Amino acid sequence: MPVGPFGIDPLIWAPLRLIIAVGLALFLVLNGALLQIYLERKIQAIIQDRLGPYHVGPFGLLQTFADALKLISKEDVRAAATDGWFFVAAPALVFCPMLASWVVLPFAQDIVGTNLNIGLLYLTTLGSMTVLGIVIAGWASNNKYALMGGLRSAGQLISYEIPQILALVSVVLVVGSLSMIDITRSQAGPLVNVLILPFPFLIYFIAALAETNRTPFDLPEAESELVAGWLTEYSGMRWGTMLALSEYGNVTVVCAIVTTLWFGGWQGPGVDAIPLLGVLWFTLKVYAFILIMMWIRATLPRLRIDQLMSFCWKGLIPAALVNILVVATLALAFPTTKIPIAIASWVLVVLFVAGIPFVQRRRLRVLRARARASAAPAVRAVS
Amino acid sequence: MGDSDATPAQAKKLNRLNTMAIDEKPRARPIDFEEDVIQRRPVTTQAGMGTADVTAPTPGVLANDDNIVFTTVNNLVNWARSRSPWPLGYGLACCAIEMMAASMSHHDTARFGMEVFRSSPRQADVMIVAGTVTHKMAPRLRRLYEQMPEPKWVIAMGNCASSGGEFWDSYSTLQGVDTIVPVDVYVPGCPPRPEALIEGLLRLREKIMKGG
Repeated sequence: MPVGPFGIDPLIWAPLRLIIAVGLALFLVLNGALLQIYLERKIQAIIQDRLGPYHVGPFGLLQTFADALKLISKEDVRAAATDGWFFVAAPALVFCPMLASWVVLPFAQDIVGTNLNIGLLYLTTLGSMTVLGIVIAGWASNNKYALMGGLRSAGQLISYEIPQILALVSVVLVVGSLSMIDITRSQAGPLVNVLILPFPFLIYFIAALAETNRTPFDLPEAESELVAGWLTEYSGMRWGTMLALSEYGNVTVVCAIVTTLWFGGWQGPGVDAIPLLGVLWFTLKVYAFILIMMWIRATLPRLRIDQLMSFCWKGLIPAALVNILVVATLALAFPTTKIPIAIASWVLVVLFVAGIPFVQRRRLRVLRARARASAAPAVRAVS
Repeated sequence: MGDSDATPAQAKKLNRLNTMAIDEKPRARPIDFEEDVIQRRPVTTQAGMGTADVTAPTPGVLANDDNIVFTTVNNLVNWARSRSPWPLGYGLACCAIEMMAASMSHHDTARFGMEVFRSSPRQADVMIVAGTVTHKMAPRLRRLYEQMPEPKWVIAMGNCASSGGEFWDSYSTLQGVDTIVPVDVYVPGCPPRPEALIEGLLRLREKIMKGG
């Protein structure tokens, strides 16, 4: 009798694995949204020297449950002039690609929906499908602010997709596989990919912030410009599904990709003895990145739309192209060792981070000159 | 409660400030809110306040006490609604500054889960009308109210929104926002302090809890 993982018959293990993987995905996404909203509010409160929710339940832990229950019991408004079918379908179109992404994300050794050999391609394809639902939501709402928000989102997501995928490709070049399982397996031990490829990690993380509409790139929902962006016409649980479940689910997916590609996925102390410990390591790593995203959100102000686009097209995409050129050349030149790639990548990180102040200083000089030129002559004389 | 009803001991307590010698120090003890803040008010205004309203809330059809099936869910939903009333950011005048201050670090309405100011009426529960409503703004206010999904509540914040206030009998100002939308809670003041707004929000929470 053949013995599968954990000493279980493969015939029993196959459906069992699927049930565990689906259960974990649903648990991480649905409960994760509740937990993440609570964390978001609490962490922002702490950073802003406030207390945050604490009256509802112990430490305010029941706050998001109350919010969810309220959203479910809220009236579902659909204006007469909306495009009926699309308006109803848009939340599902935003939600489904996010949920489908979990098929290939490995929680632990052998606990994965399916070991797709084009896993990373599948993930990037689903990641770009979200924009479809957002544009449909903006169009079907028949509201100018919703449409503007949807189109902005389309522009932003399509632009930031390019550096994101270019960063992923350099990992694939080094590892030599698109399968998420193989990528995780290649990082056994302390030598995780982030030590070899820190530069693509930096590019991916910045692009992922824009991809998930997080601050400082939350232009599609900019309150001060577009009422609530593409979500303007949605109320009740439809809004809750779109914003809470999909946005936070997307954040979780992106953090899971970062964890798998650069930080060794389920790998951690003790996983060889107890394989299920991998779920814990994976979740902890994912939540570490979610907390970093929340920290960024509480720290940085929102960009302008032209700054957003110029940062992507003039900053990130050239950087990603340089990165892929360097990684591909060194991978061809030194097929046996990864050390040259690591050195080159760290040098690129230092150049990128150190170059930002120079660019910023030049920008400020231009802005000051422009302000002086437009000032009144008397002001110009003293400035 | 009038002066004649108070016993001598109570009257002495009420007028403790008047009977104290000018160099006498009050006894060192922790501040008691009831005695030190409420009872130290002048007796005349105390008498004018009247007694607390002890009328029990009238149970609705679904909030029936002997109705086992609906009562629990109703209570749960009311609890959820009362614990997350998201306000519509609707600042019209100086009251808006106090409304902002109520959600900032000092007063922090986030403690009650009320800091989520929604800019779209579709996602809001409570409309805090913070400021003077002109006749030009009135139709917009009514439209925004109608765009909010049920259940929805209105807080009239400040004297202007409650009754016209400073702009009483003005040719361009609405004499109280309750002339165009149903108001649940009035918060008086010009402008009311953030504490007053929080008190109003908590009163609204009680009202929602009772099925309002």
